[in-house]
Amino acid sequence: MVVKEEFCTQCGGELEGSHAECAQAAELSPPRYCGECGRRMQVQVTPLHWQARCSVHGEIVG
Amino acid sequence: MTTIESPQDFLARARAQVLDQGVGLNQDDVLGVLQLGDEWVPDVLALAHDVRMKWCGPTVEVEGIVSLKTGGCPEDCHFCSQSGQFASPVRAVWLDIPSLVEAAKETALTGATEFCIVAAVRGPDKKLMDQIGQAVKAINEAVEINISCSLGMLTPEQAHELSAMGVHRYNHNLETARSYFTNVVTTHTWDERWETLRLVHAEGMEVCCGGIVGLGETLEQRAEFAVQLAELNPAEVPLNFLNPRPGTPFGDLEVMDGKEALRTIAAFRLALPHTILRFAGGRELTLGDLGAQQGMLGGINAVIVGNYLTTLGRPAAADIDMLLELNMPIKSLTKTL
Repeated sequence: MVVKEEFCTQCGGELEGSHAECAQAAELSPPRYCGECGRRMQVQVTPLHWQARCSVHGEIVG
Repeated sequence: MTTIESPQDFLARARAQVLDQGVGLNQDDVLGVLQLGDEWVPDVLALAHDVRMKWCGPTVEVEGIVSLKTGGCPEDCHFCSQSGQFASPVRAVWLDIPSLVEAAKETALTGATEFCIVAAVRGPDKKLMDQIGQAVKAINEAVEINISCSLGMLTPEQAHELSAMGVHRYNHNLETARSYFTNVVTTHTWDERWETLRLVHAEGMEVCCGGIVGLGETLEQRAEFAVQLAELNPAEVPLNFLNPRPGTPFGDLEVMDGKEALRTIAAFRLALPHTILRFAGGRELTLGDLGAQQGMLGGINAVIVGNYLTTLGRPAAADIDMLLELNMPIKSLTKTL
């Protein structure tokens, strides 16, 4: 299922207008906010991976 | 560098002192390196590389770092997104032991010989010390890798306990010059950090102590920091470049210019000719791929591979490929034991 993201995963703001700086930051930063609801996620970073967990929408990994 | 000395004469004098005799530069001369014009950067990097090759050898020490306890720290280090005092997007979370072991195994597969377990705390409590004990045992049973820890300020008993567990190196960064520290941290002092480092040394663990440059310190203070580290004589100095994090008091500071970062690497190598000088956080932002290579050829002899504690690094394979390209062998575990 493809989920439409409505929130920026870097700043947590609604995806209206430009998030160019956030997109740049995302190269060196895992997502911090859930793209579906904008909630701040619990994020664990390990040397080769990361995982981010939203209390409502579950986990994403990278 | 004296006022009547040319950059050429200054570098020749630095070569005679640091390369030939293995004696680090003093504060005035470290400042001289930091003040060299851009046109002298290739020369000073070449000297720093020669110093590293002569006094440390060609191998590169590779390390992975992992956060056991992320966020929610009571301290107010102004650069840190893990402080609970700032409106940072980082939420508190703990890594479980099986995940920690898995991370150590993955890190070892990259060729790394060091695995550093970090916790965002003022100092460890009993719960954390117990978890470290379990983690060290579980990692040692699963994979051959040296284990380091970074758990904040220690009591003498905790330093002893960590040493008895087999933790071979302890990281506690002084972060910046003593004269600038109160601009960076107000919840504890530089001298409290120094005391923990003294305890680590007294317990026979290797001392890992570095900091972050680009925190708004002057060049004079950066030189002061380099010689304060030299006075400590640490086994390792991790050199971070500020990556301004959203929500922190230093979130709006400028990223350091690449040439300035390279001069800083050379200056630290010339102050610390015998130390493991590690590329740590912020290098991707400050130096990019080309600058990282220049740093490796300018005095650096260790890297943190992969991601950092809350931010992402270059892919591990990219760094390993870079070392292969530069003909720099990765330090093996047998040599570090």
